[in-house]
Amino acid sequence: MKPFRYARARDPQEAVQMVAVDAAASFVAGGTTVLDLMKDDVERPSLLVDINGVAGRAIVRAGDEIAIAALARMSDVADDPEIAKHAPMVANALLQSASPQLRNMASIGGNLMQRTRCSYFRDIVAPCNKRRRGDGCSAIGGENRRHAIFGGSESCICVHASDLAVALAAADATIHTNGPGGTRAIQVSDFYLLPRDTPNVETALHHAELISSVTLSLDPALANSTYVKVRDRAQYEFALVSVAAGMEIVGGTIRAARIALGGVAPIPWRVPEAEAALVGRPATAASYREAAEIALAGARGCGGNDFKVALAANAVVRALEQIGSAA
Amino acid sequence: MDSAIPELATAGTLPSAAPAAASILGPGEVQIELEVNGERHELSVEPRVTLLDALRERLKLTGTKKGCDQGTCGACTVLVNDRAIDSCLTLAVMHVGDRITTIEGLASGEQLHPMQAAFVEHDGFQCGYCTPGQVLSAVALVREGRMTGDDAIREQMSGNICRCGAYENILAAVRDGARRMA
Ligand SMILES: Cc1cc2nc3c(=O)[nH]c(=O)nc-3n(C[C@H](O)[C@H](O)[C@H](O)COP(=O)(O)OP(=O)(O)OC[C@H]3O[C@@H](n4cnc5c(N)ncnc54)[C@H](O)[C@@H]3O)c2cc1C
Ligand code: SF4
Ligand code: FES
Ligand code: FES
Repeated sequence: MKPFRYARARDPQEAVQMVAVDAAASFVAGGTTVLDLMKDDVERPSLLVDINGVAGRAIVRAGDEIAIAALARMSDVADDPEIAKHAPMVANALLQSASPQLRNMASIGGNLMQRTRCSYFRDIVAPCNKRRRGDGCSAIGGENRRHAIFGGSESCICVHASDLAVALAAADATIHTNGPGGTRAIQVSDFYLLPRDTPNVETALHHAELISSVTLSLDPALANSTYVKVRDRAQYEFALVSVAAGMEIVGGTIRAARIALGGVAPIPWRVPEAEAALVGRPATAASYREAAEIALAGARGCGGNDFKVALAANAVVRALEQIGSAA
Repeated sequence: MDSAIPELATAGTLPSAAPAAASILGPGEVQIELEVNGERHELSVEPRVTLLDALRERLKLTGTKKGCDQGTCGACTVLVNDRAIDSCLTLAVMHVGDRITTIEGLASGEQLHPMQAAFVEHDGFQCGYCTPGQVLSAVALVREGRMTGDDAIREQMSGNICRCGAYENILAAVRDGARRMA
């Protein structure tokens, strides 16, 4: 790691201010993304502002809403009984992420801001438009088994690595921030940006803007939900494909559906057409298969990852079957 | 990790560059105090020194191992305030005021910790490189009340990779160690 300066902020305003005055400053929470990337020389912050002392780590239920502090650890949220009961796909996504040690370290805010695991992005001698715009993309025409089947562009075909973000996208969660310009509430659907020709810009967050919390609005389709993750080994591995799905089923008929896919696109990939196709239909295997085909209709592999199209469709069916029989 | 930096930590720091009041430390060495296995240690480290390197290189507590240095193996597992973490992906300066436990802190004198004894008895290792991390994860899983059966062991130990593939014996050791700790 290159030398850098370090400060421990005492409140959110101080943290924001310290990062705002230095274009090369970064926040650090758990450190499991930023320090990893600093060791590989992919990120070179001049100053790390430690935010662990600026706020609490609470998970609070108030009426039909659950607010999760950005500094809550992945393990805190995965173990929370209210989350497990009212938003099981969020708990499941976290329990299938990283390892117990990493979940004890990693914060919710940091998780949402993690960077892609594209191996070229982490290898500073390989051309990568995300690291330096204009250098080219080594994955296009290269090793792209783990890459996108939706949402890629001519400049980047990476996939977003967070499991939590997929569950939060399906849940229509809101990200609350505190920045130099005041506070904002951003829908997850507006938070992540497609690469287009600026793959270096990944989120709607501005420099020095701090995520303060994430809120979930509870509803029956979130309460009856799951997260299916398919990967090369059973645990401690990123997704090849994943599915966050929830359904409200009344008397055998689907009333509402939520589906987002992970491991398939540079952002968590919500599939509204597949959700709409389920509503009003019987909760049966035929309905699930049809929805899965609609969900994958626009998918396009780039060689090494062609297998993901069928894999993701099957994962959608498996997820819907799990919550279809649970209801 | 919820601690304020005590006065000591600001010694030998560069003057603050920003108008903010929190001290900006480094990039040169910063004096900090770490509590490891119940003992307080004063040391000087640059902010970029990981907790793992501080333990091994500065405090000469070499029981904690460096496998991958990137969070993918668990050889560097230590307990911070009783929770298992990977010490390679955190900075020493972030742990002022925390209670750190390494493998050296488990035994009482010559008396092995029950989990260590179970690993010896069940041959829960071959080369032994992953073992300190395995033992600490196993202790954490029992202390956190997660010991509900073999599936729970497999799940909670999944952050510790064993390149020798001693998993069957590790499983038996953790099962027995949990019984001994009860
Ligand atoms: C071996 C390994 C396996 C992993 N497997 C998985 C997996 O299977 N699934 C998965 O989802 N993830 C996985 N991860 C990623 C892991 O979940 C993230 O590294 C972690 O969640 C990041 O959180 P952190 O608090 O450590 O972030 P940090 O490293 O502290 O910060 C990451 C980034 O977010 C910024 N940041 C942090 N907090 C805030 C905030 N409140 N507001 C604004 N910006 C902020 C920082 O400035 C930095 O740029 C894995 C990581 C490793 C190392
Ligand atoms: S896919 Fe994106 S992150 Fe990977 S090499 Fe191409 S530009 Fe870089
Ligand atoms: S050395 Fe820390 S996880 Fe491998
Ligand atoms: S005993 Fe050799 S790595 Fe586990």
